[in-house]
Amino acid sequence: MFCINTLMVRNRWLAPCVLGLLFLFSIAVQRFELLDPYVQLILIYVGINIILTASLNLVNGYMGEFSVGHAGFMAVGAYTASLMTVRLLPPQMAGLSFPIAVICGGFVAAVVGLVVAFPSFKTRGDYLAIVTLSFGMIVKSVIENINAIGGPRGFLGMEKLTTLPWVFVWTVLSVWVIRNLVYSKFGRGVLSIREDEIASNLMGVDTRHVKVLAFVVSSFFAGVAGALYAHVLQFITPRAFDIIKSTDILIMVYLGGIGSLAGSIIGATVYTVLLEVLRPMGVWRMVFMPLVLVLLMLYRPKGIMGLKEFPWFVPIRDLLAVRSWREKKQATR
Amino acid sequence: MTYLFQQILNGLQLGSIYALIALGYTMVYGILTMINFAHGDLFMVGAFLCFILAALLGLSFIPTLLLTMFGVACVGVLIERAAYKPLRQAPRVSAIITALGVGLFLENFTLALSPYPKQIPQFLTSVTWTIGGVSFSTLQVFIIGLSVLLMIILDVVVRRTMIGMAMRAISWDKFVAPLVGVPVDFVISVTFAIGTSLGGAAGVLYGLAYPVIDPYMGIMVGWKAFISAVVGGIGNVRGAMIGGYILGMLEILVVVVFPSTYRDLVTFTLLLVLLIFRPYGILGNPVPQKV
Repeated sequence: MFCINTLMVRNRWLAPCVLGLLFLFSIAVQRFELLDPYVQLILIYVGINIILTASLNLVNGYMGEFSVGHAGFMAVGAYTASLMTVRLLPPQMAGLSFPIAVICGGFVAAVVGLVVAFPSFKTRGDYLAIVTLSFGMIVKSVIENINAIGGPRGFLGMEKLTTLPWVFVWTVLSVWVIRNLVYSKFGRGVLSIREDEIASNLMGVDTRHVKVLAFVVSSFFAGVAGALYAHVLQFITPRAFDIIKSTDILIMVYLGGIGSLAGSIIGATVYTVLLEVLRPMGVWRMVFMPLVLVLLMLYRPKGIMGLKEFPWFVPIRDLLAVRSWREKKQATR
Repeated sequence: MTYLFQQILNGLQLGSIYALIALGYTMVYGILTMINFAHGDLFMVGAFLCFILAALLGLSFIPTLLLTMFGVACVGVLIERAAYKPLRQAPRVSAIITALGVGLFLENFTLALSPYPKQIPQFLTSVTWTIGGVSFSTLQVFIIGLSVLLMIILDVVVRRTMIGMAMRAISWDKFVAPLVGVPVDFVISVTFAIGTSLGGAAGVLYGLAYPVIDPYMGIMVGWKAFISAVVGGIGNVRGAMIGGYILGMLEILVVVVFPSTYRDLVTFTLLLVLLIFRPYGILGNPVPQKV
């Protein structure tokens, strides 16, 4: 029933209107300081974490691989974008050049993601986890050894270019792109790899192509998130992108639920906000959060959303298909 | 040349510690096909227990080692019973994420209790002999000897005893093993106890070799031990030992040739190259995929 109701309510202008209004609101918040700067900062982090979680979900959730080096791509994007805004692009044009820097950060991360995609042809599961894990460590180690970008001391000098409207735009864009990919022919390929790689190969899915594309898209958005992150914090060190960061992203993905973009959004939001709300607990919040995670996994092993999706994320075509399938099933019963 | 021998000795010392931890990963994986990501943190718990027993209670070495192994085994079994057992039928990733959560819990709980790094007292008197220019400290020889002894005991247990046979039976086929009367829950708990107690022993030995310990020490060492388990072929007990020594040697010997900041870079690149040529590890067999 729920699906049918949303079908009737939904028309094609609703989503753009709501998003447009939210975008205007985010500009207003930034311009007129409608919200406390602290709340704004948390919102910015929520947005960045949503991008990270959704992009990792494409590889870990939808494709069923176990990638553990997402922070490595983030680091690549962060350093590329920061180098561009500080060294390459003229500072007086910061407003204009920032999107270029972010896109370049994502692009370089995507190229690196292409390199990591190749081992995934041969290995799966735990061995691919090792490849991505080593990749994350290699990225950290490489950055630590390049003195020109600060080495282990880190890199600073970025202006605070990441604002709420920018984060909003990038978050919506990444979720939109990933959602469209998942519900496309390519997305069916991704899902079929998760269910059974050999069978999907036999059915004519070009699994290599699909894997490369999924890794590239995922690392592109990780790079974008890294670029945004660098321009909020205005200071990045290789240590900010170590295994602990990758673990954080993994937790957000599985907290929300694999194979669900709604889950990614909820997971990232809940995790980020809860950590901030519990700040008065001091160190003990870091004890409390893992307990929550373990309890959630014990009582709801699929995460908050599981495989479910917000109905308004699913294309109408798919909703209609599900509805007609259900009607047929009922008729035969 | 003497320098090289010296470094090989250091590599063996580090490799022993990695191998002991890698055994825990590989045993649990072999029996449950689950990566126990909390294992590195159990190693950290071992080092802290060693600190409590040695520095605060003033025990000597042997009781410290045995009590630490026992304590860590208790924690390991407790974790297995409380967190992993209910998830045995759940999807594999849920168990892995639970393990990550348990690991984070152990780290941060220790951090909340003791925010500052601690120093383990030197409770073994170390004598240094010099033979042909190579200096052996008794400590180094002791660490290597003790870990080799523990590994031999484990190998005998796995290959020659009833409980070892039960472990191998479960890892061979976990659906048929209970049908022929193997008490699955008990054997899994014993596996956890043995694996984690080896991790605890590694914590004590690590504390002897590198006395400053902190709550986050288990992360890097744990992941590296996991990598050694995979390099050796995960699920394979002898493979984990070999993998641990390979990684320890690599880490030390890379520094002989390259600047020390390149250690992780070169080590992990070499490991990736190794995995490209042997995608299932050194002693692992490729699992035939049934269609």
